[in-house]
Amino acid sequence: MFDTDNAKNTMTQTDIKFSAKNVQVFYGENHAIKDVNVELEDKTVTAFIGPSGCGKSTFLRCLNRMNDTIDICKVKGDILLDGEDIYDKRVDPVQLRAKVGMVFQKPNPFPKSIYDNVAYGPRIHGLARSKAELDEIVEKSLRGAAIWNEVKDRLDAPGTGLSGGQQQRLCIARAIATKPEVLLMDEPCSALDPIATAQVEELIDDLRKDFSVVIVTHSMQQAARVSQKTAFFHLGNLVEFGETPQIFTNPEDERTESYITGRIG
Amino acid sequence: MPSNWLVLIVLALATIGFVIGRARAIQSAGGETRDLHSLPSYYGTHVAMMAAVPAIGLLLIWLIAQPLIINSSVASSIPDSAIAETDLGLVMSDVRRVADGLDVAVSQGAMTTQDAQNLNADETDVRAELAKVGVALGSDVSVPILEAAQDYRQKSKVGSMAMAAAVLTLVAGGMFFAVGRTNKSFRARNVVESGIKTLLLAAASLAILTTLGIVLSLVFNTVEFFKLYPLSEFFFGLTWAPSFGGGSELGFLPLLWGTLYISIIALAVAVPIGLFAAIYLSEYASPKMRSVAKPLIEILAGIPTIVYGLFALLTVGPLLVSIFGADGVGIMKAGTAVMTAGLVMGVMLIPFVSSLSDDIINAVPQSLRDGSYGLGATRSETIKQVVLPAALPGIVGAILLAASRAIGETMIVVLGAGAAARLSLNPFEAMTTVTAKIVSQLTGDADFASPEALVAFALAMALFIITLGLNVVALYIVRKYREQYE
Ligand SMILES: Nc1ncnc2c1ncn2[C@@H]1O[C@H](COP(=O)(O)OP(=O)(O)O)[C@@H](O)[C@H]1O
Ligand SMILES: [Mg+2]
Repeated sequence: MFDTDNAKNTMTQTDIKFSAKNVQVFYGENHAIKDVNVELEDKTVTAFIGPSGCGKSTFLRCLNRMNDTIDICKVKGDILLDGEDIYDKRVDPVQLRAKVGMVFQKPNPFPKSIYDNVAYGPRIHGLARSKAELDEIVEKSLRGAAIWNEVKDRLDAPGTGLSGGQQQRLCIARAIATKPEVLLMDEPCSALDPIATAQVEELIDDLRKDFSVVIVTHSMQQAARVSQKTAFFHLGNLVEFGETPQIFTNPEDERTESYITGRIG
Repeated sequence: MPSNWLVLIVLALATIGFVIGRARAIQSAGGETRDLHSLPSYYGTHVAMMAAVPAIGLLLIWLIAQPLIINSSVASSIPDSAIAETDLGLVMSDVRRVADGLDVAVSQGAMTTQDAQNLNADETDVRAELAKVGVALGSDVSVPILEAAQDYRQKSKVGSMAMAAAVLTLVAGGMFFAVGRTNKSFRARNVVESGIKTLLLAAASLAILTTLGIVLSLVFNTVEFFKLYPLSEFFFGLTWAPSFGGGSELGFLPLLWGTLYISIIALAVAVPIGLFAAIYLSEYASPKMRSVAKPLIEILAGIPTIVYGLFALLTVGPLLVSIFGADGVGIMKAGTAVMTAGLVMGVMLIPFVSSLSDDIINAVPQSLRDGSYGLGATRSETIKQVVLPAALPGIVGAILLAASRAIGETMIVVLGAGAAARLSLNPFEAMTTVTAKIVSQLTGDADFASPEALVAFALAMALFIITLGLNVVALYIVRKYREQYE
């Protein structure tokens, strides 16, 4: 049992989930992402770090085509998910976003009940055939986001009434309810206090079993704690990408070194 | 001395006061303006304010009080015999008219002041004399009325002189006091600040007092009406048949029904169109489209309602008749009908609903939309399931505000809905509303004290309470919604 599990792990570790080739992003005249090439692995937490305004969020939003909702934003280059170009004309961005879920910087629960928040995605995508099945999805997602015990007695209460950390875990539950393959998180802890942050970080580590996770973070300690791979962005360039311990202890590029030692930021 | 001259003199003196105050402050600091507590212009403003504000306040009060006082003192001197046939109010208005006529005659040089004062109604035909200078009187002037008019002029003249004297004294006093306390450590800036605060407070109180005055006049006249007409028959009567000869039936229900029916049709037009337009503008339109379309829709809001009324009368009414009239479906007799007025009023309300809803939809945080898109929802799913529920309380508020506009609308109803008060379900029949009837009850030559005229106040009061209620509920809902996202 232990052995097979391990074998599976090593096998999936090498699977490439996302592969970006020569990606360029423009906001009107502003060239926000410059020629980024990167391969993100399955069942791995990848952290994007870098000074603010360097394009971490922009690149993250390319991965589920959230940039399509910004009129002036133009994306060039290829991004492949499981070998298929997500910017292909035949791909429906709406379907893509069900597969590549997203958690935002500020917790943004809908002004609905906790249950309806989590059931939102499954209902839209018709994932449940019956109420019982929907109940099950909701419970599983809330358990998956480590918030079930806190809310199981008040699923009808509004999601906006929870504390900040609970709201963010509710948003994570909401995202995993659509059964995505990848979870994108844009600074998910920046609006949370240290205790809530610790809970979410623990959760991220759990999530790695089922999803591949990409997390943008401002905190280098956080990147070091939760990720296996780290990408360092600077002024729209992907400066360095590699194993997290490697990046933090022995960076190749001097810009990376200046950033992690606190000289640029 | 006419009071507008007096105002100019006061302002001129205040300007001089400004210069003096400023100069005195600078002088007290030995020319070193940095030693002053406040900027030099504050010292000037302080003196000007002290000179002008009390004086102008006194002037206003005097202008309101003087006619009242003179009126009553003249009225008490008129012998009862002169009042015998009519009432005192009518006699007094004759007196004032004669007095004004004499003023005109004197100012045109047709009489000397002396002549005007010594006129005798038995010897001169005052009516003919005044007609020569262009003042038309309704009847011949009797001796007591002429005497009262001369008395009135005399007292007005004395009063005006006294007013000028008092006002100018107050200017001088205020200026003297203010200049006296001006020195380099005097806190002119703080005094000016509190003066400005008082001014703003006065403006706000005036607005509130006016509203209160309007409401009180409604209340008193309504009470007057219910002394003459039974309350239960007004509220529960099913017929509206005023007859100025007496014996009217003044039932409120047919009018209320007309009002509600027309408003409901108007809202049935305005709410879906306005809301959809708002959704398109805020969620789908490109910024360029939006910058063109939004002002165009808002132009609709700037059209005077009388123009909509003409549109109803001349275009929509005939159009509906050609479809539903005798040549078509056959259920519409004339162009003026509930449907005509309702449709046009609906068009009038579209920009109202759309621009309020647009603001409210825009206030829904973008993060909620992102959250929904991020879960793989389409635009219309996001709007239907996230944006509209979040904006719903605000939209309900907008609709209630639109409803209170619809209920208060008059011109479109007068021209588009006809004048017959009727309890009927057929939307192609003519009906009328509360507002239209208020107009028609007050624009005849009805005796103002009859129930047929006073009923207008009861109607206005009822309307006021309904729209006030709607507004309060709407504002409460909108405000509660605002709090949610702040
Ligand atoms: N919606 C937008 N419209 C225009 N420019 C944007 C938008 N979002 C981001 N940018 C620009 O793109 C660059 C990268 O921003 P972002 O990806 O948010 O950086 P980060 O997340 O690393 O702080 C910045 O220069 C920013 O000004
Ligand atoms: Mg960012």
